[in-house]
Amino acid sequence: MNEQTPTPSERAEKLQGLGSSRKRVEDARFTQGKGNYIDDMKLPGMLFGDFVRSIYGHARITSINKEAALALPGVLAVITVEDLKPLKLDYMPTLAGDVQAVLAGDKVLFQGQEVAFVVAEDRYIAADAVELVEVEYQELPALVDPFKAMEPEAPVLREDIKDKTEGAHGPRKNPNHIFTWEAGDAEATETALDQAEVVAKELISYQRCHPCPLETCGCVASMDKVNGKLTVWGTFQAPHAVRTVASLITNIPEHKIRIVSPDIGGGFGNKVGVYPGYICAIVASIVTGAPVKWIEDRIENLSATAFARDYHMKGEIGATRDGKITALRCYAIADHGAFDACADPTKFPAGFFSIFTGSYDIPAAFLSVDGVYTNKAPGGVAYRCSFRVTEASYFIERMIDVLARELNMDPAELRMKNFIKKEQFPYTSATGWEYDSGDYQTAMDKALQAVDYTGLRTEQKANREAFERGETRKLMGVGVAFFTEIVGAGPVKNCDILGLGMFDSCEIRIHPTGSAIARLGTISQGQGHATTFAQILASEIGIAAENITVEEGDTDTAPYGLGTYGSRSTPVAGAAAAMAGRKIRAKAQMIAAYLLEVHDNDLEWEVDRFVVKGAPERFKTMTELAFAAYNQAIPGIEPGLEAVSYYDPPNMTYPFGAYICVVDIDVDTGVTEIRRFYALDDCGTRINPMIIEGQVHGGLTEALAIAMGQEITYDELGNVQGASLLDYFMPTAVETPHWETDSTVTPSPHHPIGAKGVGESPNVGGVSAISNAVNDAFAHLGLKHTAMPHDHWRVWKTAQKLGLTG
Amino acid sequence: MGKTHVKLTVNGREVEGLAEPRTLLIHFLRDELELTGPHIGCDTSHCGACTVDLNGKSIKSCTIFAVQASGAEITTIEGISGADGTLHALQDAFKEHHGLQCGFCTPGMITRAYRLLQDNPNPSEEEIRFGISGNLCRCTGYQNIVKAIQTAARELSAPKEAAE
Ligand code: FES
Ligand code: FES
Repeated sequence: MNEQTPTPSERAEKLQGLGSSRKRVEDARFTQGKGNYIDDMKLPGMLFGDFVRSIYGHARITSINKEAALALPGVLAVITVEDLKPLKLDYMPTLAGDVQAVLAGDKVLFQGQEVAFVVAEDRYIAADAVELVEVEYQELPALVDPFKAMEPEAPVLREDIKDKTEGAHGPRKNPNHIFTWEAGDAEATETALDQAEVVAKELISYQRCHPCPLETCGCVASMDKVNGKLTVWGTFQAPHAVRTVASLITNIPEHKIRIVSPDIGGGFGNKVGVYPGYICAIVASIVTGAPVKWIEDRIENLSATAFARDYHMKGEIGATRDGKITALRCYAIADHGAFDACADPTKFPAGFFSIFTGSYDIPAAFLSVDGVYTNKAPGGVAYRCSFRVTEASYFIERMIDVLARELNMDPAELRMKNFIKKEQFPYTSATGWEYDSGDYQTAMDKALQAVDYTGLRTEQKANREAFERGETRKLMGVGVAFFTEIVGAGPVKNCDILGLGMFDSCEIRIHPTGSAIARLGTISQGQGHATTFAQILASEIGIAAENITVEEGDTDTAPYGLGTYGSRSTPVAGAAAAMAGRKIRAKAQMIAAYLLEVHDNDLEWEVDRFVVKGAPERFKTMTELAFAAYNQAIPGIEPGLEAVSYYDPPNMTYPFGAYICVVDIDVDTGVTEIRRFYALDDCGTRINPMIIEGQVHGGLTEALAIAMGQEITYDELGNVQGASLLDYFMPTAVETPHWETDSTVTPSPHHPIGAKGVGESPNVGGVSAISNAVNDAFAHLGLKHTAMPHDHWRVWKTAQKLGLTG
Repeated sequence: MGKTHVKLTVNGREVEGLAEPRTLLIHFLRDELELTGPHIGCDTSHCGACTVDLNGKSIKSCTIFAVQASGAEITTIEGISGADGTLHALQDAFKEHHGLQCGFCTPGMITRAYRLLQDNPNPSEEEIRFGISGNLCRCTGYQNIVKAIQTAARELSAPKEAAE
């Protein structure tokens, strides 16, 4: 080596591996309008499908007349349930072990439900034809309130399964009941609550909202009758699972189906499920022999494809008078809508809701969740969070604040008093989760200092006094939230979806000239996988990230994987990438040993090369080794340099964070301004700090949307209210505050590179922090809890109830 | 339905085509002219994914008929970069500052920012936030978009100032 030779650290920097804020490779096409989203696709002879949807929340269909629609020039077909029945496609399996009507049969069960599928030459004609299909209904009483679902006089919604006493998750108590799911120790919790010096109780509701990605759902299905191959391009967060499901329900063999996810305009959980539109487009393509495109519009997206949350949680929390929490109990009603189409791992009908003890060492805990049917759209997906973790985290973070009021204790202090301590990790919670790693106190201290928490409380005191004296009409609120996420589903032994283990995969091929292609079972929807997975590999195999192509989303080429949701890409597929990289390196080491004529063990890896121990001038770079793999006959070693890894994580990962939010509320108008928002995230090893920060900004903005306004409501007739962007709150740049981000790093001990996943944490922690801040503003006036969303009107109502308005 | 002849200038090129009177400009651009940069994100003129520049103004192309645009000069995201393929300062800045994630809002957002900076070459943060409030982004939380627009504004006004 001479002075010209770059040092190891210079070489490492060139790789743009782990820890580099590498710019995204995806951006060149997106900034020039050259993305390839589903609605950009155009195939020769392509037709368009559009739905006739139910106008009622609950009604019997008495007749469907397609004549007028079929008579319209340019209309090729009108598909109804009668066409699907012979194909056994009138129902499709949901991810939750239920079935969902593809097209309504005798009854419609929610407003916007798919009744008929019109196929026409262009989208305008299809829309015209939808108007011409005559459907006659006989209206039935609608069931909207989930608390009434199990009352004896409630209308029976699901006639198809009304006599089924055993559901996918155990016995059903009532025709509208889906499951009861329990976790923890009921008896111990009962005793602990009985003995507690203080017990606080509250009903915490998390409203029905919708992920509402900017691009709606859609697909193009094309059945090639000559070779019998079906290709479906679409907005799929889990393309491989879609292929398996499609094969199971259509009986087309799996190798004759190709599922492709092109660029996806945001998912946030909305694009995990299989929707009637996909099935109808496939059937229409088979029937017409032409490719068929189906793209939903925004109103359809908000009113018919997967919603999120709708959890109503009755909580009891017991503690000693000095603030040591002794017990936690929750009884929740989960409104699943008309079909149970939750996207949860099979054994977890309430997702990971049992992580509801949060970041606290609570000795006794018990929960019971009842899932029920109502006349609302199906869904229950994880809107930018892991399965039901947002609900759980919101529940505990509000309960802690409610308890703090009861104890007259500072909410930050109460949290710190009950944190799981650093030395307790790995920690097993009362409901059986094994938390991998954490250092909550350090994170909290850093957060409190960063915002000058004591100063804020002093200011708040002064503000309250000034308010009393009539000098201001604004109240200040400080919200503290500490969350623990549980992501990266998951160990195959207890996590599967439709029987498919939730592993993920990566396949790498090194080209002779030292560049590479990697394919994964996941699919990016804006997370920048093409950028970050290349970084993981760059650090593992010593090839610069820019020389590694990352491909996902085509089931014909990518290895099998369960897709991207629940922040599982980094914990699972990221680990698969690292492991595949290590296999490449192991083979490269053998090649290097042969070329350098030393024993394998005499070599050590240094950034991008194997170096002979003690002889730094003798080395082989990865580029040289790649070439040798293809051009030399090496005894005992197969040619080529490729590896595949299927990674089954030993455990989930548990990212955490401390968030603090400061609001100023005008009591006369309810206008709530976020003055400051500080977010500290610990997601373990940080792969690309720039992308992490972007994910945090985005997640916080979605948290803001949920906490401050997003809600899908229904009137008593089952009419969906506000399912368009006219009413459904989407924060603009004006309502969105400046986000302050910070971090600590506590690597996951079981993940190959220590990463935990981050995309969803800010939504989990953000909602609680904002809601706690709004509640805190009124706490001194005796307010215990006011429900989300905290839009101006509701906040004003709260102020009015407290007698603050004129 | 009968079709009407529509002739307009798009990204500096004269183009013509047939459109029904009810055909929305966004569909004409995307389906007829195959300019799929502008996107469709809503049915209520809220999201701005369809933003294009029409006769020197930002418009939501889902809210105007193609025939209404007859004779107009239109710039879409495809026409923002230079004829030789050099990227516009905004395109560079969006990448540099991570002003996009899924990319679905990006064409509309950049096209809007392009007009904003012509109307107001040195906008304050508040003016930028207000100026792009007709364009929704679900991924970025806007912070990096604002940063990108600020950077591009500086970049675009720098050579001019130097010349003065
Ligand atoms: S498509 Fe949403 S504003 Fe035009
Ligand atoms: S980058 Fe996804 S909507 Fe803006």
